[in-house]
Amino acid sequence: MSTVPALVVDNLRKTYGNGVEALKGVSLTVEQGDFFALLGPNGAGKSTLIGILSSLVNSTSGDARIFGVSVNRQRNEAMKLIGLVPQEINFNQFEKPFDICVNEAGFYGIPRKIAAERAEKYLNELRLWDKARDQARMLSGGMKRRLMIARAMMNEPKLLILDEPTAGVDIEIRRSMWQFVSGINAAGTTVILTTHYLEEAEQLCRNIAIIDHGTIVENTSMKRLLAKLDVETFVLDVTHAPEQPPALPGVTVRRIDEHTLEAEMARSHDLNSLFAALSAQGVTVTSMRNKTNRLEELFVRLVENGRLGQERAA
Amino acid sequence: MSGSPNLVALYTIVRREIARILRIWTQTLIPPAITVTLYFVIFGKLIGSRIGPIAGGFSYMQYIVPGLVMMNVITNSYGNISSSFFGAKFQRSVEEMLVSPMPNWVILLGYVLGAVARGLAVGLLALLIALFFTSLHVVHPLITFLSVLLGATIFSLAGFVNAMYAKKFDDVALVPTFVLTPLTYLGGVFYSISMLGEPWQTISRINPIVYMVNAFRYGVLGVSDVHVGASFVVMLVFVASLAAFALFLLKRGIGLRS
Ligand SMILES: Nc1ncnc2c1ncn2[C@@H]1O[C@H](COP(=O)(O)OP(=O)(O)O)[C@@H](O)[C@H]1O
Ligand SMILES: [Mg+2]
Repeated sequence: MSTVPALVVDNLRKTYGNGVEALKGVSLTVEQGDFFALLGPNGAGKSTLIGILSSLVNSTSGDARIFGVSVNRQRNEAMKLIGLVPQEINFNQFEKPFDICVNEAGFYGIPRKIAAERAEKYLNELRLWDKARDQARMLSGGMKRRLMIARAMMNEPKLLILDEPTAGVDIEIRRSMWQFVSGINAAGTTVILTTHYLEEAEQLCRNIAIIDHGTIVENTSMKRLLAKLDVETFVLDVTHAPEQPPALPGVTVRRIDEHTLEAEMARSHDLNSLFAALSAQGVTVTSMRNKTNRLEELFVRLVENGRLGQERAA
Repeated sequence: MSGSPNLVALYTIVRREIARILRIWTQTLIPPAITVTLYFVIFGKLIGSRIGPIAGGFSYMQYIVPGLVMMNVITNSYGNISSSFFGAKFQRSVEEMLVSPMPNWVILLGYVLGAVARGLAVGLLALLIALFFTSLHVVHPLITFLSVLLGATIFSLAGFVNAMYAKKFDDVALVPTFVLTPLTYLGGVFYSISMLGEPWQTISRINPIVYMVNAFRYGVLGVSDVHVGASFVVMLVFVASLAAFALFLLKRGIGLRS
């Protein structure tokens, strides 16, 4: 059934034993095949939400359905469908990556022979096969993260959930991780991730929810979200940047260095006048791109608004 | 191994537990062998030879063998499960099992079987060492085996419950010192409780270890301070209630799920 969403979160609330209200009635839907980003500042409740989906955290009220299967009422069935890459390292450091993967498969009832084949496949794809028989504690930070991805793939989940998998991982390894996850998504697995690298979410994800203080403040497509941002900043690579950048109505041009200019303008503003002014100064534009922190600006704004809204309501 | 998913999961846990026991054999198998040898030399050989025959005409050495074997079975089953399960909590690798579809009883049974395996291995080792010091002829092999099995199961379950509540390593280290060791020493390992005056004889009967040691001693030597049927009833009640309690804690996620 392609009409059943991969995930339906229905009014989830969580109050921890110490009284912290981590989720205050969260609802959202993730369609099958989606690449979904869950963004939010530290302490927003992302890991709590993921904990409830993976049954590590007991919800106070509400429910979630994974491909229509209720986490509350059919936990075991629901768990079969999920692969989890948690925020914190949580394998036995004295075991070997190969054994960690094969044992994980065993917990899902996958016979040892198939498990061994899969372990080899995924450890290879995540470029860990040459470390497969070393103790896991010998792996670098990035390798440990990749091991957790390989482990999460052992049951070939329909829904892969990654909780800040690239935190503290260097850019090269981050890229290869995203290449792997994008491949998994292209092959049909629904992916949900939380990340602090907002440009990553922008590049990878089709839909997005922003959570703050246990409340969803935005839930939309990445496109529509970015369209909300009315100010755009372009980075221009130029042959030589003039000391006095052109002054144009509605456009702020800044000289960054000898070969770089930045132009900020309303989305609706045309680019022709900018190019004309630069041409008039004898400046040649060799390339141009969007400045990548747009989402970050938006994110800050949304969260600030959300907070102000709450304060007013309180 | 194929078959039902739960069976595969169970096999996975047991296999991993046994691999752990063998990997750290210098901590799991050697120390009990050394301790039991010392007990046999000091209590059995040196002191025992001056004591003369005890209940049923056995030498003191022969009399304490079943108690010492059982003591090792108990402490090693308990130690195995509490350190292994708490270790999994401490490293958070327990989450691998908690997010999997496997039901709680598989987790519990897997850890218990692993701990019982350690208990039986150490018990067998102690029995083999005993044969260097004295001759033994097992009177009731089935009762012997069942009493070891039940004793190991009870203390595996108890160790599991301990590990669930434990928040730091001290919490799994202190119970053996302050609860298990006194109960064992007062459980008739080194003496017959009939040697005690009242009220100590009656008080001793609330100590579950008395029943285990005596059921085992009955199996090996054919003598016991308590009725062997009563011993088995007591042990089965302990197994059932501890298992039920552990499953209840797992269902509630005590110490595991927040
Ligand atoms: N086990 C816990 N016990 C008590 N409070 C917790 C626990 N886990 C998280 N919290 C609190 O719940 C809130 C949300 O945390 P978390 O879900 O980890 O946020 P995020 O993953 O978005 O950073 C925070 O205030 C955090 O301190
Ligand atoms: Mg988090």
